[in-house]
Amino acid sequence: MSRAWDGAKLAEAIQKSLPDAVVDARGTDIWIAPRSVVEVMRLLRDDSEFRFELLSSVTAVDYISYFEVVYHLTSLTRNATAVVKSKCGIGRDEAKIPSVFDIWRGADLQEREVWDLMGIIFEGHPNHKRIMLWEGFPGHPLRKDFATYEQSIVPESEWRVPTALADELSAENGGAQGS
Amino acid sequence: MTTQVRTEPITVNLGPQHPSTHGVFRMRVTFDGEEIIDVEPIFGYLHRGSEKLAEERTYVQVVTLTDRMDYVGSMLNNQAYMLAVEKLAGVEPSPRGVWLRMIASELQRIASHLVAVGFLIQDLGAWGTPLIYTMREREKILDLFEMLCGARITNSYLRPGGVFMDAPEEFWPAMNAVLDELPPRIDDLDDLLTDNDIIFSRTKGVSVLTPEQMLDASITGPMLRAAGVDWDLRHRDPYDYYDQVTFERPLHTAGDNFARYWVRVQEMRESIKIVRQCEKLIEPGPVRPDHDDVPWLLRPPVGDAYAAIEHSKGELGFYLVSDGSISPYRCHVRAPSLINLTLLREMLVGELLADMFVSFGSVDINMGEVDR
Repeated sequence: MSRAWDGAKLAEAIQKSLPDAVVDARGTDIWIAPRSVVEVMRLLRDDSEFRFELLSSVTAVDYISYFEVVYHLTSLTRNATAVVKSKCGIGRDEAKIPSVFDIWRGADLQEREVWDLMGIIFEGHPNHKRIMLWEGFPGHPLRKDFATYEQSIVPESEWRVPTALADELSAENGGAQGS
Repeated sequence: MTTQVRTEPITVNLGPQHPSTHGVFRMRVTFDGEEIIDVEPIFGYLHRGSEKLAEERTYVQVVTLTDRMDYVGSMLNNQAYMLAVEKLAGVEPSPRGVWLRMIASELQRIASHLVAVGFLIQDLGAWGTPLIYTMREREKILDLFEMLCGARITNSYLRPGGVFMDAPEEFWPAMNAVLDELPPRIDDLDDLLTDNDIIFSRTKGVSVLTPEQMLDASITGPMLRAAGVDWDLRHRDPYDYYDQVTFERPLHTAGDNFARYWVRVQEMRESIKIVRQCEKLIEPGPVRPDHDDVPWLLRPPVGDAYAAIEHSKGELGFYLVSDGSISPYRCHVRAPSLINLTLLREMLVGELLADMFVSFGSVDINMGEVDR
């Protein structure tokens, strides 16, 4: 049976090596400061007490006044799981957190997805591009202030028709209509 | 006399509308002659915003969205989502409902592996026959699903605490008939393909991934087991009643395309064993808790929950956050199809053009789940 690390115990174990990294611990979760994400994750992967070889999931939640990045870690050696959270973007601006790409390659596509849909910048990610939506898409859809319908509809005045097609269309309409 | 052939790299766009990409997947591939020197996967052509849509639906309505993620593994998606909802809302599931959904999801695993194997062989150039063989068997399983819930692909069969209706009486003999027919058909596949020289020479040693590489890249499921890592959530973290059934975990050590194919074929046999055990252990009773205990309009307490299952493609996890209202505040899907593509570039670089789609098919992705 897999064992979920107790938050308080995990926090205590981390504090032995990194005294000011852990901010809070409740239930099975711990909260760490965004600036110490890389150090904590490296410790969690390499230290023989933890051995979290597998980064199960990276995601983020928009709590209106701040964003929370959630990491789910799995250890195959110890058959254990842990939940690590980090608050960033307090007051909604400058949502930034260091990337864990260098620690787990598995963060690659997942962090790009979080950036694309939630708008959190992962500093140090080598290929920090949108993944599901196209570059230039207005906003980040999973944010709570993104209205599902209105915001994804581009007003007609801002439609961009390729120039050749626009010329063709205006020729068809007898040149009466501008592009 | 030797002549020096000068080659120069050429970049080709593949997809999104390409018959071999199993959906709308696009790659920008650079070749030097026939050799692949660079690959850039481009996602998003089937992005429907399922996670955002889930925030506007009730917990039970979201089930229909999970069906449409991995549409060849709907029952498994339902199961992962239900485990997360039950964990979040503290629902105690009904035993009969749990057995039924275990039967459904193991049947679905067979169907999903059949599709994976069939299309992999199709990609190898064995046009038609093996694919039709596997699809024929899958069809029988889909007929069983139709008896269970009235739907074949997008089942929406599961509900918090169990399933929405009991299996009809005629389901059991029909299921037994299918289970009796399946092993010889899988043997046929083995005879036809697993010991086939052409398959050997085309798939062995192609796109090898080491266990270390895969763990680093969060790759799970048959791909990981094909490299000899004994990691199956049904065994290591038994959800539902998987601790009450016994099954083997087929392992291969090569980590190449053949190993990934082989592991899937063997896993089908294990799934049949599991279904047979479930059928013995299932007892009469309600298939879901009473409406007073678990209403359709669930309001889980404020909090979050993550539940993961061993999907036919890897670890499928749902992360749900509740604000106490009738719909999830946040619903994140840890999609194995997307994450298993992390190492696509490493798999393909250095291989030949002809092997590209075989390697790609051996990952067994589903675009509905990659893009969500």
